[in-house]
Order: sequence, then structure tokens, then C-alpha cells
Amino acid sequence: MLESISYTEKKDTRSGFGAGLLELGRQNPEVVGLTADLAGSLKMNGFAGEFPDRFLQCGVAEANMMGVAAGLTIGGKIPFTGTFANFSTGRVYDQIRQSIAYSNKNVKICASHHGLTLGEDGATHQILEDLGLMRMLPNMTVICPCDYNQTKAATLAIAQHQGPVYLRFGRPKWPVFTDPDQPFEIGKAQLLNEGSDVTLFAIGHLVWKAVEAARVLAEKGYAAEVINIHTIKPLDTKTVLQSARKTGCVVTAEEHQLHGGLGDCIAHVLAANQPTPMEIVAVKDTFGESGTPEELLTKYGLDTPDIVQAALKVMARKNT
Amino acid sequence: MYTLKEPASPDPLTVESMPSIETLNGIATQVRRDIIRMTNQAGCGHPGGSLGCADLLTALYFHVMDHNTDFNMDGINEDIFILSNGHVSPLFYSILARAGYFEIAELATFRKLNSRLQGHPATEEGLPGVRIASGSLGQGMSVAVGAALAKRLNGDDHLVYSLHGDGELQEGQNWEAMLFAAHHKVDNLVATIDLNGKQIDGNTDDVLSLGDVSAKWHAFGWKVLEADGNNMEEVLHTLDQAKAACGHGRPVVILMQTTMGKGVDFMEDDHHWHGVAPNDEQTAIALDQLPETLGDF
Repeated sequence: MLESISYTEKKDTRSGFGAGLLELGRQNPEVVGLTADLAGSLKMNGFAGEFPDRFLQCGVAEANMMGVAAGLTIGGKIPFTGTFANFSTGRVYDQIRQSIAYSNKNVKICASHHGLTLGEDGATHQILEDLGLMRMLPNMTVICPCDYNQTKAATLAIAQHQGPVYLRFGRPKWPVFTDPDQPFEIGKAQLLNEGSDVTLFAIGHLVWKAVEAARVLAEKGYAAEVINIHTIKPLDTKTVLQSARKTGCVVTAEEHQLHGGLGDCIAHVLAANQPTPMEIVAVKDTFGESGTPEELLTKYGLDTPDIVQAALKVMARKNT
Repeated sequence: MYTLKEPASPDPLTVESMPSIETLNGIATQVRRDIIRMTNQAGCGHPGGSLGCADLLTALYFHVMDHNTDFNMDGINEDIFILSNGHVSPLFYSILARAGYFEIAELATFRKLNSRLQGHPATEEGLPGVRIASGSLGQGMSVAVGAALAKRLNGDDHLVYSLHGDGELQEGQNWEAMLFAAHHKVDNLVATIDLNGKQIDGNTDDVLSLGDVSAKWHAFGWKVLEADGNNMEEVLHTLDQAKAACGHGRPVVILMQTTMGKGVDFMEDDHHWHGVAPNDEQTAIALDQLPETLGDF
């Protein structure tokens, strides 16, 4: 399986969202797009140009945008809000909590520029807490796809789901390695490579890093299972437990704080069901900084060698 | 953009069923009784603002709004109401029950465990008539604007009404929503502001003065109407004016002067009654001032 995972081009996941939204606009007249002065960055201009009556420019006023989106659902609309991940979550948390999550409104909160890989803009924009914030909210579904194709597929899929969704994607051009026509099943983890020595659970951009890490591990003689957890809530606990039982040790990898993200989710499931040696590759309770995406992933310990090291460490622990 | 409906041809049945001012005032009095009894029985809640806005909600639900008590969340082809200052929940619940959205007896469950009548209104328990949770202030204007835009997109020429407290205007999200509604010419929305000049910590002017509220709304590009919110005739007249002002490219706001605690002499104009329930003795005195008109729950 590992050999068959390859890419011929790199594309940004936000463009996958833009392409998906445009397609949705053509499919479903109830879909409405909203942005807070970031239509270009979120690649929403295709939708805005083709469906001007269903596109609402909100200006730099995210709190209002979330409330307007909630209101649009009263009347059967399916609003897709688009702004950076930081302004889609922390800045508007109480608006989301009361008007969207508690009110169980069918709003799709679509967030770009997550994590360190937004790069040079620095820590003000590099939100590393959004998965935790959003998965704590009852009624909320939380998704972070791994590449352009999967982000497009996820964008189409969430329109079919009744209820609030947080869809997280990013800025940098990233390997496109999943099927362009893939079905996207919310809450169903994606097995990318079967292995027996260690399981690598990854989310978002770091899924590709996990694939690379599995290749390095294979060269060292270890068979790593690679599983893409594109939906962190609801978590595919069945797949997580099955794989952990099979390999006996796990590594998680995410562009997020150590606290509150994928590592926490998996640790919770394992601790409650079958305690398993585990290593978490995540940002270690610090803010980010300016730099290129690759430089930042290296400096903050989220790169391929970090996943490899974590795997070697956890496999050693399993065997003692 | 909202299009004004053709004036309905005079229908003797409709005219006959139109409640008189006296009838509406009677309903408002019963609603005030409900508010006192609900907060007393709960031992907590927010009677002050609830009493002050009883006339407006009575006018809306018993005369002005074309609404369907067979509740549907989407509210298509009916006028809908969005409550922003959710702490006036006893008022909202009494109005909804008295209008026929659910059994009046359920008012006795206000703020109790397993009740649909939460301390602040919520959709989670499925209470008919509630379309959005409110309580954390300043969010309802945006929601009302969004609901009005959904009506526009649906070609639904009904209106959205909303209610907001004056202390609540200190929340910045309102001003974002005001800019947005004017920019997008949301002219099928009638927002009403409960200008009682009081909030939980004291007079609004002392806590954080709103200054010239009317000038601010004018400056934001809204059609501004003003009314004595505790005079039924004036409330009805102003709501008629508001309806007529819809469909002209501007959102409409009614700045409604009210008295906190209206109808109960010892509560009137006293901010201490923002969020304190009357005890049994106070309740007896209050109810003496509010004759039962429709039968207590």
C-alpha cells in the first residue's frame, strides 16, 4: 500500500474547499457563502462570482458573521462561513457556543490557515488550539482533511450532514495523494497503510508526514500502519482500538497543541479501553513564530524525523 | 428586498377578530401575573425587564405578527420573532403559552430540572416558539438579520421582529450587525430596543452610557422610530409605522422607552429587580395590582 501512495502535484487544501464550495453552489440552492473580508484567501471567489445573491461579504466582523449564519439556518439555508481558523474559533467562541452549537444550527464553519504551516504571518494567526476548542462543544462535528482532494470531498459531504460542522484546512501547497473522486464518510478513519509494528494516527497536513515516516520506518525494517483521522469528532474509536490492538503501540501526529487535539482524543480512548504505549507528536505548549512551513514543522518537532523518532521510542517501550 | 404586501381587502371576520386595546391590555396584565408567579415559584429569574416588555410582546403575538402556533423551526411564510435579551424568558414563555404554542400549565416548570422552560431560552429541549438560544447577550441582532436574509432568499415577504435590551447594546456585536444590516439593505427586519435605562449593576448612564442612542442608529443608516413601550395604543401605532417602513431599503428599529418592573409599583424603575424574584409576601402585593384576566396557570 505504501508504495502506491504518491503525488504528482502540490495544491493548497483551501483551494479544495473553494472548488468544493463552487460545486455545492451548483448542486444545492440552499447553500450560502459568507466571509469576513477573506474571500480571496479562502478561495471563495468562484462561488461569489457565480452566486452573488447567495454570497454575503461581512467585512472584518466575525462575531456578526457567525450570528448571521445561525439566523440563515432559520429558513432552511446551509451557510458556509469562511475565514482564518483563528477568527473562526477563538475569536467567536461564545457566538459559536450559544447561537450555533447549543442552538444546533446547520452552520458549516470553514477555516483556513490553521496551525504552523500558515508560515510567515506568525503566532497571532497560527492557531494551534482550534481542534480542542471545537471538539469540546456538544453537537459539533470536527473535520481536518489531509489534502486538496479530500478537502473538496469533505466540503461536499458536510452539506449533507445536518448540524454544525467545523472544517479545518490550510494555506501551503501540499502533496495531493488521495483519490480525486473519493467518497468522504464523516467519522470514518482512512486506512492508508497496513502495518503490524506501530500505528501512526495523523490528521491534516501531518498525514503526509506520517506516510513519509512510514517509508523511513520500512527502510529500517518496521511495518507502520498509517491511519488518517480526518474526523476528530466523532472519532472512529472502533478503528483506533482495532489498530492499537494489532500493533500494540501508537504515535499521533497533528499540527496542534499537545493539549486538546488528536493525541488527547486517542489517549482518552486507549486509556479507557486498552492502555497502550503512546507518543504524541504535537506542539509542546508554546506559541509559534514566523518562518516557512517546513522550517516551522522542523523547529517545533512536527516533521517526518520527529514521527520516526516517536515511533522508534514507542516501539522500544512496547518491547520492554 | 422585502416587498410590501397589497393591503388586504376588508374582511369582516378579520376586523371582528382584531383584539381591542382593552383586550390586549388584559392579556398583558395576565402575562405580568405569570411573570411574577413564575419567578416567585422558581425563586429566581428576571422579572424587571420582563414586566417592562410585556406590552410589546403582547402586541406582537396577539395582533401584529402573522404567525403559526403549529411550530416549525424554519418559520417560512410567517412572521418570526427573535429574542436577544434572553433573561426576559418568563415573559417570552408566558406569551408563547398564552398564544397557544404549548400548554399554559407548563409555565409552572420554569427553571426546574427537566423543564423545557430553561432559565434562558433554548432550542435544545424543543420548546415550540423558540428558534435560537439566548442569554449570552448581544447575539440576537445578527441572528435576526440572518433570518431576515433567509426570508429574502426564499422570496418570503414576511417580517422578522427582534427584541434587545439597552444594556445589551454595550456588546460590540450589535454594532457589527447594525453596519451589516444597513450595508445589505435588510429591510424586512424590525428590531425593538427596550430602553428602560437600567441594567443589573445600576443605571445604564452610570454603568456605560449609551449616549444619544437615536443619533447612533440614524448614523448607522437605519430607519428609527420611537415609542412609549408601555402604552399599548402607541406600541401598536408604532409597529404599524414600522411595517410600513419595511421594503424601503433600510432596516427598521423601534427605540422603546419602557419602565423596568412596569405594573408592580414597588418594582418600577428599580434596577434591583433586574434579576431578583419576589418573595411570597411581595408576590401577594404584586398580584393585588395585576388582576387575573385569563386564568392563572
